[in-house]
Amino acid sequence: MSSTPVIALEDVRKIYPLLSGDVHALDGVSLTIEKGEFVAIMGPSGSGKSTLMNQIGCLDVPTEGTVRIEGQDIGTLSDHDLTALRRDSIGYIFQKFNLIPLLTAYENVEYPLVLRHRKYDDSGRVQALLDSVGIDSALAAHRPSELSGGQQQRVAVARALVNEPAILLCDEPTGNLDSKTSRQIMEMLADLNRQGRTVIMVTHDAATAEYANRTIQIQDGRIA
Amino acid sequence: MKKPDIIFQLSMRSVRLNLLRSVLAALGIVIGVVAIASIGMISANMTLSVTEELSATANVLVVSPDAGGGGGGFGMPGGGSGGSSDDEDDYISDDQFDDIRKAAGSSYVYYLYSESDSIETGDSKGRATIYAMDDDAMTEILTLTEGSYPSTTSQVVIGPDLVERYGIVVGSKVTIGDEDDENGQTTVRVTGILEERGMSMDISSDNGIITTEKFFTGRYGGEGEYAQVNVVVDDIDEIDAIAESIDETLNKKDDEVRVEDSSRMLDTISSTLGTITSFALAIAGISLLVAAVSIFNVMMMSVTERVREIGILRSIGTQKGEILRMFIYEAAIIGIVGAGIGAVLSLVIGYVVVFGMVGTTEYFFALDSLANIPEGMIVGALICIISGVYPAWRASNLDPIEALRAE
Repeated sequence: MSSTPVIALEDVRKIYPLLSGDVHALDGVSLTIEKGEFVAIMGPSGSGKSTLMNQIGCLDVPTEGTVRIEGQDIGTLSDHDLTALRRDSIGYIFQKFNLIPLLTAYENVEYPLVLRHRKYDDSGRVQALLDSVGIDSALAAHRPSELSGGQQQRVAVARALVNEPAILLCDEPTGNLDSKTSRQIMEMLADLNRQGRTVIMVTHDAATAEYANRTIQIQDGRIA
Repeated sequence: MKKPDIIFQLSMRSVRLNLLRSVLAALGIVIGVVAIASIGMISANMTLSVTEELSATANVLVVSPDAGGGGGGFGMPGGGSGGSSDDEDDYISDDQFDDIRKAAGSSYVYYLYSESDSIETGDSKGRATIYAMDDDAMTEILTLTEGSYPSTTSQVVIGPDLVERYGIVVGSKVTIGDEDDENGQTTVRVTGILEERGMSMDISSDNGIITTEKFFTGRYGGEGEYAQVNVVVDDIDEIDAIAESIDETLNKKDDEVRVEDSSRMLDTISSTLGTITSFALAIAGISLLVAAVSIFNVMMMSVTERVREIGILRSIGTQKGEILRMFIYEAAIIGIVGAGIGAVLSLVIGYVVVFGMVGTTEYFFALDSLANIPEGMIVGALICIISGVYPAWRASNLDPIEALRAE
């Protein structure tokens, strides 16, 4: 089991057919990420890094080639199984935090847990996670719109962790934060990585990328 | 304490967040449910009320001449009978009356003359049915609220509807017939007023004038030629046997008479009411259709506004089916709340319209009447849910990547 990489991409191509000609967003990407790595994916806009991110995040399947998450070929999965894989194996942290506006901070963290286990949290795990990212129970009772950007991103980190995912997938996690808050969030991610969590992060900020052990450059749909 | 399903909670909160919009959409359902339930209740109350009125004379068999002369006739009087001693068949003869009496056993049997004629009283003119029967039947069948039964040819008793319409009192004079009538005009005096009998098959006395036999045959002729014969059956369980016996005795060779009980009249009225009700319900249905369009619109707005949220929900592992459920719940909440409010209002508005249209709320709380409220509710809520299906399906089939990109 330990020999299976968390993520394995093999000659992945993603082609968007357009009238003006096919767009090769990914043009033969092969990539292996082992458990416990902290990988930064960098590249200019339009380079295909978002497409790569969507492949790793199981939001999309490749046109050609294979993407394996914990050994599972996502190209063969149904929408239902793909959704379950996102829920159970991947923790998302987005640039725009993407908390659910109708739910409180606490409920946002609890939500993936409820989806997975079909019951509300009675173990105290949700609040423990919130405490670990610095959100106390009083703050956790607020809706996202009542929280600062930094607080929202902390809640998002707690939400990403709640189902014990194999992969923490961060899309420009500090893109909407000031530099001080950015540092705090990055320290938090680095900490999680030191605890053994696999972290993959898309960024165009070199300072942020320095937290990673490995940096992958994407250019024109290929690894540069 | 058990918390409801988290998907349901999201639907609840979405409705609450857009409360005004949701309430306006629900208003359509409220109006639709009230319209459908009220019309249903009016119909049910009318049917119950007619049934009740007719059941007062449920033990009466009405024997009338079979003018059609059989199944294929055109209803023309005197058409194609034959063989019988009474060749005319637009009346019932004395001989036939005796036969009916024999066939009817111990039942009370009486004959009735009737003609429609113009009447005049004071400055008012109108029409009424002029009846006559023998004196014994008059006291047996008819009840007076005031005055006395007619004893001479110039005396009549009169039905309560005419009394009300023309302001007749005991002692008033009524002129029967037109000036240019071949029978001329006859003025009679009202000596009594009949008790209201409501709708019945044997004799429509509420809108009638009852004269003596002598007056009637004197004016219209045709002595011994009766318009109908009524058989008041002692035991209602024997009504079918007696009807059959009359039928067998009189219709041996040809169809001379028709024997009917009140159930036939009830059938006719019910089917007429049914037609009117269907038509009214179709119009009420339009209000539900409008409501469906507004629910559809609100649900589409809700989906469009929440595209990004749907993207988030999908990306963190919410299944298509769960998104579908979330929006169906939202439509269902609007529908059920609307239908619930509609039900309460139906009770109030229904009571008022039933009183106005039927004239009595005696049957309002009968099962047949109240059943229209849950029926209306179910129809309203279902229409709401069905209107939400397409928007929910759209939401559940959004591409998560596209949806996440939305602003």
